[in-house]
Amino acid sequence: MQQLPITLRINGRAYSMDVDVRTSLLELLRGLGFTSVKEGCGVGECGACTVLVDGVAVDSCLYLAVWADKRAIRTVEGECADGRLSPVQEAYIEEGAVQCGFCTPGLVMTTTSFLEQRENTPLTREEIARGHAGNLCRCTGYQTIIRAVQRAADKQRRSGRR
Amino acid sequence: MSVGTAVIRKDARAKVTGKARYTDDQSMAGMLVARYVRSPVAHGLVREIDTSAALALPGVEAVFTYEHVPTTLFATAGHPYSLDPDHRDVADRLLLTGHVRYQGDEVAIVVARDELTAKRAAALVRVEYDELPVCTTPEAALAHGAPAIHEGGNILERTELTFGPPVAEAMEAADLQLDGHYNTPVVLHCHLENHTAFAYMDDNDHIVIVSSTQIPHICRRIVGQALDMEWSRIRVIKPHIGGGFGNKQDVVLEPMVAFLTLQLGGVPVRITLDREECLVATRTRHSQQVTVRAGLKRDGTITGIEMDITSNTGAYASHGHSIPMAAGSKFRHLYPRTAIRFTATTHYANIPAAGAMRAYGSPQLFFGLECLLDDAARSLGVDPVELRLHNVARAGEITTPDGGTRYAVAIARCLEQGRDAIGWQRKKKELQNQDGPVRRGLGVAAFSYGSGTYPACVEIAGCRLVLNQDGSVHMQIGATEIGQGSDTALAQMAARTLGIDYDRIHVVSQQDTDVTPFDTGAYASRQTYVAAPAVHEAAERLRQKILAACSGLTGTPARELELAEGRIIRAGEPAEEIMSLGELALSEYYHKERGGQLVAEVSAKTVTNAPSFGCTFVDLAVDIELCQVTIHKIINVHDAGRIIHPLSAAGQVHGGMAMAIGMALFEELLIDPAGGRICNGNLLDYKVPTCTDIPELDCAFVEEPDPTSPYGNKSLGEPPIISPAPAIRNGILDATGVAINELPMTPKLLFREFRKAGLLPG
Amino acid sequence: MFAMENYHRATDLNDAVRALAAHPEARVLAGGTDVLIRLREGDGAFAHLVDINGLDELRQIDMDTSGTIRIGALATCTRIIEHEIIRSHLPVIAASLATIGGPQIRNIATMGGNICNGAVSADSACALLILDTELVIQGPAGERTVPILGFHTGPGRTILRRDEILKYFLFRPGQYRGIGAAYCKYAMRSAMDIATIGCGAALRMEGDIITSLKLAFTVAAPTPVRCPRTEEAAAGRRLDEETLALLAGIVEDDVQPRTSWRAERDFRMHIIRTLVQRVTREAANQQGGN
Repeated sequence: MQQLPITLRINGRAYSMDVDVRTSLLELLRGLGFTSVKEGCGVGECGACTVLVDGVAVDSCLYLAVWADKRAIRTVEGECADGRLSPVQEAYIEEGAVQCGFCTPGLVMTTTSFLEQRENTPLTREEIARGHAGNLCRCTGYQTIIRAVQRAADKQRRSGRR
Repeated sequence: MSVGTAVIRKDARAKVTGKARYTDDQSMAGMLVARYVRSPVAHGLVREIDTSAALALPGVEAVFTYEHVPTTLFATAGHPYSLDPDHRDVADRLLLTGHVRYQGDEVAIVVARDELTAKRAAALVRVEYDELPVCTTPEAALAHGAPAIHEGGNILERTELTFGPPVAEAMEAADLQLDGHYNTPVVLHCHLENHTAFAYMDDNDHIVIVSSTQIPHICRRIVGQALDMEWSRIRVIKPHIGGGFGNKQDVVLEPMVAFLTLQLGGVPVRITLDREECLVATRTRHSQQVTVRAGLKRDGTITGIEMDITSNTGAYASHGHSIPMAAGSKFRHLYPRTAIRFTATTHYANIPAAGAMRAYGSPQLFFGLECLLDDAARSLGVDPVELRLHNVARAGEITTPDGGTRYAVAIARCLEQGRDAIGWQRKKKELQNQDGPVRRGLGVAAFSYGSGTYPACVEIAGCRLVLNQDGSVHMQIGATEIGQGSDTALAQMAARTLGIDYDRIHVVSQQDTDVTPFDTGAYASRQTYVAAPAVHEAAERLRQKILAACSGLTGTPARELELAEGRIIRAGEPAEEIMSLGELALSEYYHKERGGQLVAEVSAKTVTNAPSFGCTFVDLAVDIELCQVTIHKIINVHDAGRIIHPLSAAGQVHGGMAMAIGMALFEELLIDPAGGRICNGNLLDYKVPTCTDIPELDCAFVEEPDPTSPYGNKSLGEPPIISPAPAIRNGILDATGVAINELPMTPKLLFREFRKAGLLPG
Repeated sequence: MFAMENYHRATDLNDAVRALAAHPEARVLAGGTDVLIRLREGDGAFAHLVDINGLDELRQIDMDTSGTIRIGALATCTRIIEHEIIRSHLPVIAASLATIGGPQIRNIATMGGNICNGAVSADSACALLILDTELVIQGPAGERTVPILGFHTGPGRTILRRDEILKYFLFRPGQYRGIGAAYCKYAMRSAMDIATIGCGAALRMEGDIITSLKLAFTVAAPTPVRCPRTEEAAAGRRLDEETLALLAGIVEDDVQPRTSWRAERDFRMHIIRTLVQRVTREAANQQGGN
């Protein structure tokens, strides 16, 4: 099957390759070792494969790898710089929002994008819930996830860090 | 003092950074993938099967059909082996079958070099069926002349339990007798990680299986049985696992991947179910019909309860009759002064096989019981909380089997605390005489559960502690971390008993049956309760070995030494530090003549089973016209003994409550009774609640340490799912006066019931 | 891996139309949230694809001097929802798209795709119908403009010929100015769901008198529908309980909901009657909002 050349950045590093047009971004990333990107359904219902494409959260299972050409991809592996967790990652730990952990990478990326788009705006529970409705979690009942989002927002406000 | 504090979970950093490796995150060069060929019909016999087109597809390595697999029937339920042949699980499975029993049953399997090829090849296997009549419901399956789904007929088992005085007399003594009939649906686990496993051989005699399983040691035994191999020749490795909720307390893929690698010369072969397969072709929660009859005195005393459960186990037995029986033996602790007669029937049907799911039959049973008690409270004019307070277990009423120890019981305090938290008395007054399309209501329900399976099954756990050269300790446990936080809780326990920092305990999270101490796994809310004695004893022994070694080195009598915060000190005022644990360890490892690696290993059997309790209170509104329920406030209060890790404990409660809200209002697998077609076997149509569907969840604990655990703890993983559904139902009853006796209480069902009750035109 | 047989990545709209004309089996791939799912399910009808995902010329959102608003067929739901022009002038479009899927889906799904797949449950359909939106379609022979009413011809079917591509949506100021409009998606979950019933209403009032009502439903008939009988009955009436009850009775003649395993006809009809009243009321509350 047809291969197309693409160049992209993943967590800040440049990649160039030829990809089979049938490949999903999920498969491409996992094949490169970004195994935080989990397949939970393959049809965009669960959000476990959420990554950021140019800052926008997408289900990588429903995104062709060739669409990632010239784009910047972020996965949860890249959110921990020099061994320092991002405020979102820290907040997930501190609020106990991590249980089985399978939905966690996708949720952390959804929260990351959600907060980057709403810097310094007050958040209601309803807004947070709507902003995370594309990620299923069967362990937490979402209670600690919502708290983690609130905590991460507080951290970001305090530190002024993106 | 690590026990009782919310230390950082052992696996938290790995999970938020994506480093935690699950089964599918490990790949091996040359790994093949396998895909099942599934039956589109719900009941039938394969007349003809043609694999030639599939085999001809480039990239296909092999195709096996039901004609190629061993003919030994095996049982899949994740129970410990039983020495009593009568107590063993029903062996009714083959690796593949020519007699398909539900839509999705497995007749063949293709092995290919990549997933797309495997998928294409599976579609190319041509199968023709002689269809048989389909029974999906108890009425159809138990009807005279119903087609036999398995040899021996459709009834798996029928049993009776009685507790307390004779029920007939107790019913006679009642002022009110009331009965109710309740239905619960097929519910799915929907763990985020689908079932997946791979197997390979690294010599000619042993098979290695890597699997997302809750029960590695049980899995080893069942694979050995299914393939007729010595159990020790099977090695099961359990990496991080993305949720199980009971669905991975069953052996689903492992015998097949083991069979395939054995057939293909030991090359690695993987099966990863896709979401749709995982929803319908693994296990489900049993749909049950619960009939309850209760006798009550005018003051609210429950004199007797008669309960009859019909449990639909679907196409294969799996956990089968254990489900209603386990629930039937646990609920008596809630109302121990009541005479009880419990009967249950489990039957086959042409629907997906039901197995273990969080709280193992108790959510169904308590839905019936706690709904009926609310109906009774209304009939008697007694407040439903008062009715429960009047009847629930009191301190000292429940003892160990030998009568020697009284378990902790704090359910009454849970009810009182929940009542206050929801504002029961005040709101009850405010909510009188409502009309209009939107009405508020309050609901309550209570439950009891166990901590493990004893005396039905053996309760065994193992712990090995090794002092490292740097003074830290590696902990190996058979207990499996499945997200519930057992690694963390057990490390907290070990740290406390040893006298070292929690951070100095390294947990080997991955179980490997070749090296991990034996434990049957994560199920029955047993893990921290059953592993605690092993951990406690191993930590105590290692502590003594450390002190003895220090004594040998320094000449100070061991009885004068203590281990505290990783340092060995001589007791007294002031205490004198003798040496750090690291210094002692180096000496023990590397002194040329004396010492050695300090290790303590304990395998312990638990012969107690502490009852745990709790309740749910809910404040909700019903929009009668839109047939929708909105939960304003919901709280679970638990009597789970001493809480080891408050954050994880709350997490277990939240998760259980959300799953219960799903069961109450959203979730059911719909199966067409005419042909057994599954209507909604995907995540769009099977309605797992999203973040927007779950309200704020509250929880609280009444901490009464249980004397049968060295750390005072008892079960918490499963119980939170039991009482929310009946509490919500009772809240709807309070709001509208309409008793809904079926789950899930979707808008469609509410529409039907509200219309029947005259609340809606029709 | 998606089981594609053929893949053509279009360089521009004309290239895409040419590719469709040249390959009779080919289907359009836009945001992918529908087509890629069907491909994964093994639906061979989607194995030959013309990918228009990269065509930026179909993403514009703008307003000309006359006040006509244009939304490109490939504009994503999220971008439309967040766009200032849409928030100010077409809030009911934003509100409708906000009920689709979840954030990740809305980030890639397009309004064009929501309409062109012919879904009876399309969440944007009610809003487009009550705004009398026009659709500009490109084919090999050129462009044509059609009203949304009549675009859907049956479940999964539209008037689009197989070598045509929807370019953009046009909203005329005469349609959207001075109205109050609302959309309600009635579904089993609050997100990530398909509508059991969708209802949109656009209302013009003088005082408390309805001068015109436009009412649309999804999942209430084989296509998204307007409700001419109900609309006619509403004109000139006072907006009160009595009128709403009257409309709830008349609407039964405008819709034909069916029984499926998802919901029974009676239930859908009850929800339709209830939503007529609630959504009309909500539309009145929204009036003056633009």
